[in-house]
Amino acid sequence: TLTLRTQRHSTTLTKMAGADGDDSLYPIAVLIDELRNEDVQLRLNSIKKLSTIALALGVERTRTELLPFLTDTIYDEDEVLLALAEQLGNFTMLVGGPEYVHCLLPPLESLATVEETVVRDKAVESLRKISQEHSPVDLEVHFEPLVKRLASGDWFTSRTSACGLFSVCYPRVSSTVKAEIRQHFRTLCSDDTPMVRRAAASKLGEFAKVLELDYVKSDIISLFTALASDEQDSVRLLAVEACVSIATLLPQEDLETLVMPTLRQAAEDKSWRVRYMVADKFSELQKAVGPEITKNDLVPAFQNLLKDCEAEVRAAAANKVKEFCENLPEDNREQIIMTHILPCVKELVSDTNQHVKSALASVIMGLSTILGKDNTIEHLLPLFLAQLKDECPEVRLNIISNLDCVNEVIGIRQLSQSLLPAIVELAEDAKWRVRLAIIEYMPLLAGQLGVEFFDEKLNTLCMAWLIDHVYAIREAATCNLMKLVEKFGADWAQNTIVPKVLGMANDPNYLHRMTTLFCINALSDVCGRDITTKQMLPVVLKMSEDQVANVRFNVAKSLQKIGPVLEKITLQNQVKPVLDKLATDKDMDVKYFAHEALSGECLPYEYS
Amino acid sequence: MLRQRQTHGGQNDIKRGKNVSMETDIISTVEFNSSGELLATGDKGGRVVVFQREQESKSQPQRRGEYNVYSTFQSHEPEFDYLKSLEIEEKINKIKWLPQQNAAYFLLSTNDKTVKLWKISERDKRPEGYNLKDEDGRIRDPSTITSLRVPVLQPMDLMVEATARRVFSNAHTYHINSISVNSDLQTYISTDDLRVNLWNLEITDRSFNIVDIKPANMEELTEVITSAEFHPQHCHTFAYSSSKGSIRLCDMRQAALCDKHCKYFEEPEDPSTRSFFSEIISSISDVKFSHNGRYLMTRDYLTVKVWDLQMENKPLETYQVHDYLRGKLCSLYENDCIFDKFECVWNGSDSVIMTGSYNNFFRMFDRNTKRDVTLEASRENSKPRAILKPRKVCVGGKRRKDEISVDSLDFSKKILHTTWHPQENIIAVAATNNLYIFQDKVN
Repeated sequence: TLTLRTQRHSTTLTKMAGADGDDSLYPIAVLIDELRNEDVQLRLNSIKKLSTIALALGVERTRTELLPFLTDTIYDEDEVLLALAEQLGNFTMLVGGPEYVHCLLPPLESLATVEETVVRDKAVESLRKISQEHSPVDLEVHFEPLVKRLASGDWFTSRTSACGLFSVCYPRVSSTVKAEIRQHFRTLCSDDTPMVRRAAASKLGEFAKVLELDYVKSDIISLFTALASDEQDSVRLLAVEACVSIATLLPQEDLETLVMPTLRQAAEDKSWRVRYMVADKFSELQKAVGPEITKNDLVPAFQNLLKDCEAEVRAAAANKVKEFCENLPEDNREQIIMTHILPCVKELVSDTNQHVKSALASVIMGLSTILGKDNTIEHLLPLFLAQLKDECPEVRLNIISNLDCVNEVIGIRQLSQSLLPAIVELAEDAKWRVRLAIIEYMPLLAGQLGVEFFDEKLNTLCMAWLIDHVYAIREAATCNLMKLVEKFGADWAQNTIVPKVLGMANDPNYLHRMTTLFCINALSDVCGRDITTKQMLPVVLKMSEDQVANVRFNVAKSLQKIGPVLEKITLQNQVKPVLDKLATDKDMDVKYFAHEALSGECLPYEYS
Repeated sequence: MLRQRQTHGGQNDIKRGKNVSMETDIISTVEFNSSGELLATGDKGGRVVVFQREQESKSQPQRRGEYNVYSTFQSHEPEFDYLKSLEIEEKINKIKWLPQQNAAYFLLSTNDKTVKLWKISERDKRPEGYNLKDEDGRIRDPSTITSLRVPVLQPMDLMVEATARRVFSNAHTYHINSISVNSDLQTYISTDDLRVNLWNLEITDRSFNIVDIKPANMEELTEVITSAEFHPQHCHTFAYSSSKGSIRLCDMRQAALCDKHCKYFEEPEDPSTRSFFSEIISSISDVKFSHNGRYLMTRDYLTVKVWDLQMENKPLETYQVHDYLRGKLCSLYENDCIFDKFECVWNGSDSVIMTGSYNNFFRMFDRNTKRDVTLEASRENSKPRAILKPRKVCVGGKRRKDEISVDSLDFSKKILHTTWHPQENIIAVAATNNLYIFQDKVN
């Protein structure tokens, strides 16, 4: 590969030296030759510029030479094929406009049969796109036969691709062809290979949408019922998704007889993966079947899913608790929640599986807005408090991260008594990722709890993180300080945190001294010129004498960082001398960063 | 009646007059694909050799059905795990073919730690014509480029390429002993001594642990998983065998974790035959579902057993593979042979089963007639197309003509890996570095 590239460069040079060939042809010639370069990056590059090549060749040669070549180029790497499949979707004008768009079908057809799913999917996407550019006649003469060929192909790769094409041609063809398309789809729904049945099941909903209502009732429902009771659970679970679209299409009075038996069966399927899918799609299903069926059927089904024997299913259902309750018909929403849903939720709070508990914790706070102040205080608050004390940190974190919903309803004071110990415990958790997570919620909490509560209870924590032994925590802690100052203002910063941060500049541990610098980097902007110049800068300048080189070069970096906040005169009189001195430091890195700062983007005018 | 069909491997050594073969040439797995048109072997050197059955040809009718080398490639390389200071051998432990999905063929191969998905495809066209160089590869003077050439595809000699499509790594702490593709054609399992992991064939960065028998304290370890396989039709069922002689059937529909089995197959031990070696020889080395999905076959050191999925308390059939070794267990323990892992296979109609033994002998049991036969895979004793003579091992007493005494069996010649064509009576038998292919009838 290397030699090839060198060759190319040398030819480029000879050319520049003065040849009189057609100047515009040369780069195109390179692109065409690189379509088959050994280096995949160069091939990819050429494929991405396929439109340039086509433009140069003109529509005629693109149709008769380039496309036949590309049709057989299916041996290439996936990423090249993927790029090719994508390019061809935008090629209509380059082959001569809609009149010739069918010339793009052969290469896309061969791409639609490769084994790599992403490539096939992209080819199908492009085929769907160019199908719209076919005239109704061309659609029947060229496109529809292609769909048929794919649908009856020997290999399942081609048959799976066919599944995605029915819905785009169906609305635009004659009724005889329509009948054929329906027949093909039916055949694929009962294909021998589960791959094809899965593809058909996943396209069932979209195909139903373009079908006439009568055929939805006659054809689609029977296919749906068959797929939903397929022997492979990987097929059955996809039928659940189709259920949503089908239910949306049917008039309310038909749902009970045509859809509900299958949906009920899916909610009680022997396979947990199918039940999981039902739980996962529950909100969509709820909207699709409407309030009446929700009340009679979905509420008990949801209860069962919340009590499912498989934790994965319970977790998926727990995730939907808030959305489900929110979408219940308003007239008796509260009653349904209180009598049917809440008892299950209470049990989930003490579930044996921590994923279930943490899924619940991420949505449970949302119930308070739905149930109102009194119910929240009486029924939900004990659950929140229990979850705040959960042994699993993720559960506690999820509760804390959603405090805002409760705040709106009952105010955070009700919680603060329990909140504090929970926060403190997370703040000191042995796992640094847990500590990191709680730090990220600090600005939010500070906003909810107010400055007084914060100063009294949480400020110490925030400062303690600055000397955590994990760098990621110290870094997050500095960022946290910046966000707090944004919330509480520069005055607050000057009184509460700046003195503490600057105090660390004298710490015997150089890592803590560096934290002072990192904090200054983060805070100078939000604290403003006054505090930066009067309080922070002297400390930074003094630290340039530090015996540890890492501290010194961070001084240089800090000076560069805070430069824009400072006045010109300060830079000239105070900063520059220090940087000049650092620029002659015995340590290489210190010198480097001092020079960087001196020539830095924000400083050149001041220093030159 | 089986006839010798072909032998592959080892020939060069014989021609060169030395009978030593490289350790890396030892065949470690052999597997037909679902149509029987292809046959793959893996060896200790990490290579995979794929054989293809010759199509019918009028000029050479006798060559029909012969398996010839189609593709050879290096599947695994020796590696070193720096964290654990462990060498990872390149030896191919198992090969499993995927059902054919387009013109190319796909197989999974695994060593102790890493499973790879290989694509074997043909190429018979080659693009020709460059803009910047002429036919001999000489760079053309750019000034002479006055028109653009689009490459044209020209036919060329058939080229078979093997490309690694996916690498499934970092999921096994212990040694992978088996892999099995699910009938949903979307997932497969890989099994090591203590765990079973479920993979999606298209996703390499994530697998799900569905069985974990690792005790909290490794000193309490009493049992390891020896093999696992998916049910041929029910995508939710798989079975795994253990070193204690039991088989567990799991239903993936019940729960995401299959630590709890739904069926447990075990035969109560006969106290009269109990000995120091009982536990070792009851360890199951291979488990296979029958093609119709009704039975399970297991191989332990001395027997092959067929289990009905509906009957958990005892096997339906038990076949003695080499019962004459029962008296020699002590010396087999001393030379480590007692830990050999023999595999077992069904024929296409589940009526005959086959498994290996020592001295290059392999055994076949007809489940209907209850007849069994011992055959020998050997280059010396059989010419091509010769009918295989049944062999007999004499047990005590007088040795008759054509019989071989237990004491003269060669325990270094063992047949661990065999495979049966999915429809026809063609078998492939791996005997150290040789692959023997036998066929029922040759036209």
